Amino acid sequence: MRNFFFILMKELRSYFNSPVAFVVVTIFSVLTGYYFYNIFATFSTISFQAQTNPNLASQYGALNVTELVIRPFFGIISVVMLIMLPMLTMRSFSEEKKAGTMELLLTFPVRDGEAILGKFAGCMGIFAIMLGLSIPSMILVEVFGDPEWGVIITGYFGLFLMGSAFISLGIFMSSLTENQIIAAVLSFAALLLLYMVGYTASLAGGVMERVLEYASFNFHFRNFAKGVVDTSDMIYYLLITMLFLFLSMRSLESKRWRG
Amino acid sequence: MIEVENLTKTYGGARGINDITFSVDKGEILGFLGPNGAGKTTTMRILTCFMPATSGSARVAGYDVFEDSLSVRREIGYLPETVPLYTDMQVPTYLRFVAGLKEVPFREIKKRVEKIMEQVGLTHMAHKFIGELSKGYRQRVGLAQALVNDPQVLILDEPTIGLDPKQIIEIRSLIRGLGGERTIILSSHILPEISMISQRVIIIDEGKVKAIDTPEKLMQQLHATDKIRARIAGPCDSVKQALEKIDGVKNVELIEDTGGITNGYMLEFSDGFDGSHMVARTAVEGKWDLYELTPVKMTLEDIFIRIVTEEEV
Repeated sequence: MRNFFFILMKELRSYFNSPVAFVVVTIFSVLTGYYFYNIFATFSTISFQAQTNPNLASQYGALNVTELVIRPFFGIISVVMLIMLPMLTMRSFSEEKKAGTMELLLTFPVRDGEAILGKFAGCMGIFAIMLGLSIPSMILVEVFGDPEWGVIITGYFGLFLMGSAFISLGIFMSSLTENQIIAAVLSFAALLLLYMVGYTASLAGGVMERVLEYASFNFHFRNFAKGVVDTSDMIYYLLITMLFLFLSMRSLESKRWRG
Repeated sequence: MIEVENLTKTYGGARGINDITFSVDKGEILGFLGPNGAGKTTTMRILTCFMPATSGSARVAGYDVFEDSLSVRREIGYLPETVPLYTDMQVPTYLRFVAGLKEVPFREIKKRVEKIMEQVGLTHMAHKFIGELSKGYRQRVGLAQALVNDPQVLILDEPTIGLDPKQIIEIRSLIRGLGGERTIILSSHILPEISMISQRVIIIDEGKVKAIDTPEKLMQQLHATDKIRARIAGPCDSVKQALEKIDGVKNVELIEDTGGITNGYMLEFSDGFDGSHMVARTAVEGKWDLYELTPVKMTLEDIFIRIVTEEEV
């Protein structure tokens, strides 16, 4: 617990001592902010036109700010996460291996699990800041419209869980190589695959369809974006997180075995 | 304090170290001597639990490095050869981080770090980032992190490599000052350094132990005193002739030809024979004045070269 705390503090400090955290957090905010503006502006134009043109209104069904702004916004955030989180996790072990600091870290009286959890929590901290910076957009929606806060809260909860799965996968990839680029590419590829595998599900049909859907990151987020917290979705993200944290531990251990 | 038995490490077929056995007592300073790639770093990495051995066993402070790695790691301070540090951290921040991981009680961390920084002469570097420090100061930070939890066992891999002469002297005296209470293993390929600091020397080459002993005994074993330097006042030719007549003398060389009456000679005796008294007697018999009579000690360097070039001890 103690070691976990010290490693967490060190991770956070080194994220902010280097420009990494600032760049990643800023780019994340700029991208999501830009898409938020697009969605929100489009929505307000449509609402405005619908006032004068009833046909248009019926075309869109109910003009619901939660469904037409908040939900797509969460979708956009999850896509930007897909791109930005590997940039955050790629350094976690690769950098230590390359710089040789791993040699000292592994000879300190620290359990592998404590080191991994410390690094995981460090990334989660930065990720929480990233998510937190998108909350003002939600407040903007509240000022001009009437969103359902229940959906917003479950949406953020879902994003947080999804992010933890992304981060643990990224940390695992980083534990495999001392090259940060390779770590980033591997985690991006794996995340993208798991993200998109649901799209091809309908082609497979039958049992495979269910399996592919269940395996996809995207599929499990749908309920969260609707305001529904389904235990099976929560378990999916938690399982992925734990699986890759466990694999990272194995990866560090194998380093000890093979030398 | 440290017991190593039949330790072997292979890297995908290639031998890293081969059947190394030695032990170190509490409070002893042991020097590891060997050319590059001899297996010094490999041995140290096994002792510090960074990598496992292929076979054999090693115990540090009573704990097995493989079975009880965490307990071993609590007792050691390790300075790797490359001194890997987090360059984006400030010196005291880094040391507090290490002290935290090394289980220094929470309240003592600040005090410990201040004390250790004073001990290794880093106090005036407190505001600097490690990345800004010169090699010598980084080495000190490396030493400080190894010492910060006051470990029983210190393992230092080439602690003076890449330092300037003044820094080398400082680090050496620092290490010597640490001996006594702590058990220290240090490696080097700078030979006089090892003989100066350590009480016992292990010479390894190509992954094998070639010799273990005190620096002095190693020299004795190798008949280190088979050369004598003498300065004698007398006619050069007759002195030389007289010296050559001494029993056991293989060769006499005029090494200091002053052109005057007092000249220097180097006498080489056949193995193990100390002929100092004979030289003195010869001088007296010839009624020449004897100014100097010095057994030439073989340096550790000579011993090292001899052992490494396959001459059996």
